[in-house]
Amino acid sequence: MSAPIEQSPGEIAAHVEEPMRATLAAPRRGRGAAALLGWTRRNLFSSVPNTILTLVALALLVWFLPPLINWALVKATWTGGDPKLCREAGGACWALIETKHRFILFGLYPHDQHWRPLVAMAIFLSAIAASCDPRFWNWRLAGIWAVVLAVGGWLMWGGFLGLAYVENARWGGLPLTLILATLGIVLAFPLSILLALGRRSDLPAIRAVCVGYIEIVRGVPLVSVLFMASIMFPLFLPEGLTIDKLLRAQVGIILFTAAYLAEAVRGGLAAIPKGQYEAADAMGLGYWQKMGLVILPQALRLVIPPIVNQFISCFKDTSLVIIIGLYDLLTTAKTALTDPPWRPFYVESYVFAGLVYFGFCFFMSRYSQYLERRLNAGTRR
Amino acid sequence: MANDPVILLDKVNKWYGEFHVLKDIDLAVGKGEKVVICGPSGSGKSTVIRCINRLEEHQRGRIVVDGVELTSDIRSIDAIRRKVGMVFQSFNLFPHLTVIENLTLAPLWVKKTPLKQAQETAMRYLERVKIPEQAHKYPGQLSGGQQQRVAIARALCLKPDIMLFDEPTSALDPEMIKEVLDVMVELAGEGMTMVCVTHEMGFARTVADSMVFMAEGVIVEKAPPKEFFAAPKSERTRQFLSQIIGH
Repeated sequence: MSAPIEQSPGEIAAHVEEPMRATLAAPRRGRGAAALLGWTRRNLFSSVPNTILTLVALALLVWFLPPLINWALVKATWTGGDPKLCREAGGACWALIETKHRFILFGLYPHDQHWRPLVAMAIFLSAIAASCDPRFWNWRLAGIWAVVLAVGGWLMWGGFLGLAYVENARWGGLPLTLILATLGIVLAFPLSILLALGRRSDLPAIRAVCVGYIEIVRGVPLVSVLFMASIMFPLFLPEGLTIDKLLRAQVGIILFTAAYLAEAVRGGLAAIPKGQYEAADAMGLGYWQKMGLVILPQALRLVIPPIVNQFISCFKDTSLVIIIGLYDLLTTAKTALTDPPWRPFYVESYVFAGLVYFGFCFFMSRYSQYLERRLNAGTRR
Repeated sequence: MANDPVILLDKVNKWYGEFHVLKDIDLAVGKGEKVVICGPSGSGKSTVIRCINRLEEHQRGRIVVDGVELTSDIRSIDAIRRKVGMVFQSFNLFPHLTVIENLTLAPLWVKKTPLKQAQETAMRYLERVKIPEQAHKYPGQLSGGQQQRVAIARALCLKPDIMLFDEPTSALDPEMIKEVLDVMVELAGEGMTMVCVTHEMGFARTVADSMVFMAEGVIVEKAPPKEFFAAPKSERTRQFLSQIIGH
């Protein structure tokens, strides 16, 4: 609540972790070959089964690693922009990425305007990075995001202040994936909290609506949600009224993710002892105060791992928008291969897209571990 | 005292499904009176005080606190909770907040007290329960006795007229019981109205104006402590007292 209080969790974490780090690092501090030999014997050859496992693992590495390195690095073609060179070299054709990276990253966005999604992404990612730091968690963050979204929207759409208009049917690649995933996660999260609270509500009507929603949405694959959003939903709209396809997909992703997240959040709510609710009640806190100040801060901490799990899942699931014809990162990676001479090099294209996905998902995973440590530092018992 | 009750229970009944927990409970607590409720487990003694601030709902009868009748109207519940502080067996401090944040939470959000003032009040009560130096620690870093004293201070920060204690020392290690009871004795000395469920008979003798013995959902006996301990009227009470004092 006030400045001196906020610093204490970090300090405590530092104190608690210091001795732990020291013990972990101790064996590695040994010097020279003797230490290495000792480590090897302890960790790799401590028993007959362990020795067998070590040897099998080594054999597998010897079997797989050299050809992989050979293909990916030694025989690889990095530049040139000519598929013939790749075929002659016989290794990985990273020249495909060099030639096609702008299409893979930005899809059908007008070629000479690619700087716009690039700058928009830079701003967007900076804002996400800032939001990740608990020190920025206050109302100002909402203001920052409003500005970021406005500027990002202006860069992507344009149409005024000197930028040419680009309709969002032409958006694609990484910016599209980031928009779908980030908005999907950020908007699904509060919705999921409401759903989880509603599912535990004392009011039967609210409970029934939330249970019904969660069960129905969870019982349907995302593909069909997107399909309904893109094909069936417009059939029910009155003549002349159309809702943008990207918006429909975005809403579909939000609604779908929220149902899954809601169950993770509910798990956290269920884990909070009854006494916490009673103490808050006895002190006269209202329902929203009780939930917002006492229950949710504890419940959400408990379920950081499943929540982030869902975030990661949502990030990757955005690739399913391929079925309704949106050009997300995976679709552009695939579409880049429709150029006949490059067609044999699909592995390279997918590896590239896969690495981008992995980068983001790995970040989320590491971030969740950091957050768990940081938030739980003070409450360690 | 008794002609001006701040807490009045009039033929209060409560059922858990088929199970009749409270049977025609009549109890009047005057301003500044200290009532100690004892009885075997399952006798409904905790349920009685939990009904007073609506942690449990009674199904029949009347509960009036300081002139406000407790109904399902949220305004009556809020009005009563503002006057009544409660201390639990399991402390129920908020583990994600520091001690001082625990103390200032309700004053800030319920009473809209300015932060500075809320913190000053909190520090004053922490001094009264003799742990001001723990203000910036988390509850998990304190001993049970310290946690319970924080819980008492937290309830006092809302300036209640009445304090309810639900077995405040039952979850404590023996050597920590005294530090909590000392705080409660001090509080009693300041004229706070207190209703206390406890098995600490020494505390009851020192502090109580009246003793209530409950068994099977009924108030078996209510008497001043001298009478209660020296000459209990009912056989059931005598049996209970011999069991808990015998050791």
